[in-house]
Amino acid sequence: MTAPILRIEQLSKRFGGFVALDGVDLAVAPGERLGLIGPNGSGKSTLVNCICGTLRNEDGKVSFDGAQIDGLIAHERTRLGLARSFQLPRPFMSMTVAENIHVPLIYTVGARARHHLSAAELDQRCMELLALVALDGKARHYPRDLTQVEMRKLELARAVAAEPKLLIADEAMAGLSHSEVEDIVKLLIRLNERGITIIMIEHIMRAVMAFSQRLAVLVSGKKIADGTPDDVIKDKDVVGAYLGT
Amino acid sequence: MRTPVFVLIEIVIAVALYLAFHFFGNDYLFFAGYTVLQFIVLATAWNILGGYCGYVNFGSAGFFAIGAYTSVCLFTIGQAPEDVFPAAILPAMQAIFPLPVPVIIVIAGIMAGLVGLGTGYLTLRLRGVFFAIATLALAVVLQTLIVNWSFVGGSRGAYVIPANTVPVFGPYIQYLFALMLLLVIVALTSARLIERSSLGVGFATIRDDELAAEACGVPTLKLKLIATVLSGALMGMAGAPFPFYIGYTEPGSVFDLGYAINSIAMPMIGGTTSWAGPLIGAILLGTMQQVATVTISSAVNLLIVGLLLIGFVIVAPSGIVGLWQSWFGKRSKP
Repeated sequence: MTAPILRIEQLSKRFGGFVALDGVDLAVAPGERLGLIGPNGSGKSTLVNCICGTLRNEDGKVSFDGAQIDGLIAHERTRLGLARSFQLPRPFMSMTVAENIHVPLIYTVGARARHHLSAAELDQRCMELLALVALDGKARHYPRDLTQVEMRKLELARAVAAEPKLLIADEAMAGLSHSEVEDIVKLLIRLNERGITIIMIEHIMRAVMAFSQRLAVLVSGKKIADGTPDDVIKDKDVVGAYLGT
Repeated sequence: MRTPVFVLIEIVIAVALYLAFHFFGNDYLFFAGYTVLQFIVLATAWNILGGYCGYVNFGSAGFFAIGAYTSVCLFTIGQAPEDVFPAAILPAMQAIFPLPVPVIIVIAGIMAGLVGLGTGYLTLRLRGVFFAIATLALAVVLQTLIVNWSFVGGSRGAYVIPANTVPVFGPYIQYLFALMLLLVIVALTSARLIERSSLGVGFATIRDDELAAEACGVPTLKLKLIATVLSGALMGMAGAPFPFYIGYTEPGSVFDLGYAINSIAMPMIGGTTSWAGPLIGAILLGTMQQVATVTISSAVNLLIVGLLLIGFVIVAPSGIVGLWQSWFGKRSKP
């Protein structure tokens, strides 16, 4: 196996007396599509926040692309190539859709290359990204004019604009309709085919099963299963966690 | 409009204003105009942190006072360098002091900028109300410091009496007025440059959503520090000529809550998203206050500010600029 792009070792996070994550180990190979599932409150979002630097982990180690990254601030991790979308879309409300995409282009892609993208370059890349998620018609609209699914697409496009090596999609499909979910899954697979490793956090099992090459399950801050999707959903601990034993 | 053209227009307006006042031949116009200009600088400075980044600073009076007291301090040293410096460096210092006012303004800007950096570093982890209270506390701490520092007059205050006239400009107030015009140009140009640069984009992301900004690679802490330094420095520069203007400086007048309130109210009433907002707000409120001072009483000033602020928050939360944009089509695109 090639060296993992993301390696999490014995990661723990407490909020006061509450243990949100308890010694989680996880490795993701480059180019992989990993599904991460677990009941509500099992620590999925906390794990994402610890990987992306929004929260600091007390114990354990997070390595990305061969370098240890815990201790780095969130924006430094983004610049290394680690992007995320938020569970509830968090667009910049005072900016148009296009301007939203400009932000990572200026502050991540531009900063990484140490040069200012010209206005023409910005526009061109921005329109490419918006075309990828079929939002090119809404470039001049404000986020408040978008529908739920368009908002999710904007959220993903903004994450992808940072040209990440690893993308974490935190419940990008919650609340969407059947066909919209398919839309987003197809989009994520397209992104994966362009070489982006993706971790998908999701409750919608149909989407998870269609997307994931491997599945990891978190329950009460512990990883209880990790393997091919078909094996994992038959695992008796997993079934127990979801249905009760 | 390109920046050089913008600066040129600013200079033309400034010169025209100066000449108009000059040929009107009444120094009172300069005195009243100076106050309005000072508020344009303060409001623009406040808006860099408060409007662009969304961090409400209640400590404007503190930064203003740093500027003013830098002046008092440097002026006092200039009066009698032999009391301050050891004999070894005295001749050199006697050659340097007394410092001209423009140099004092620059030094005041640096001092206030440094304090901005320090407070920024200590307080920018706080958000919303907590940040506002912390900045208010800064002003109180500084006031206590000044009251107990006898070199700059302590609570008694200090006299800063400049020469009666200045070459070229004539009366000293005309000179100060011209300096303040220059500061207005500096402040407005900086604000407009920020708005149109990637710095402005970064500031706006901080205002909208800091978490998302970090996720997009925006170094939020660094940008916020840049904002506090710029904002603080401009406020300090606005305060530096004040002791020369007023003649007698005492903590009560420099740390006046009115500065903090006005610096917030003017951008809010004018509109916080564009450099034009603080300018319009300061001209409107500043002029009204000057008129009220003369025709009614100076005590009615804050009442006017308060009423207008309440009115605007209810009727036009995005200020005059916002009203303009909603009446005359879309907001102007950079």
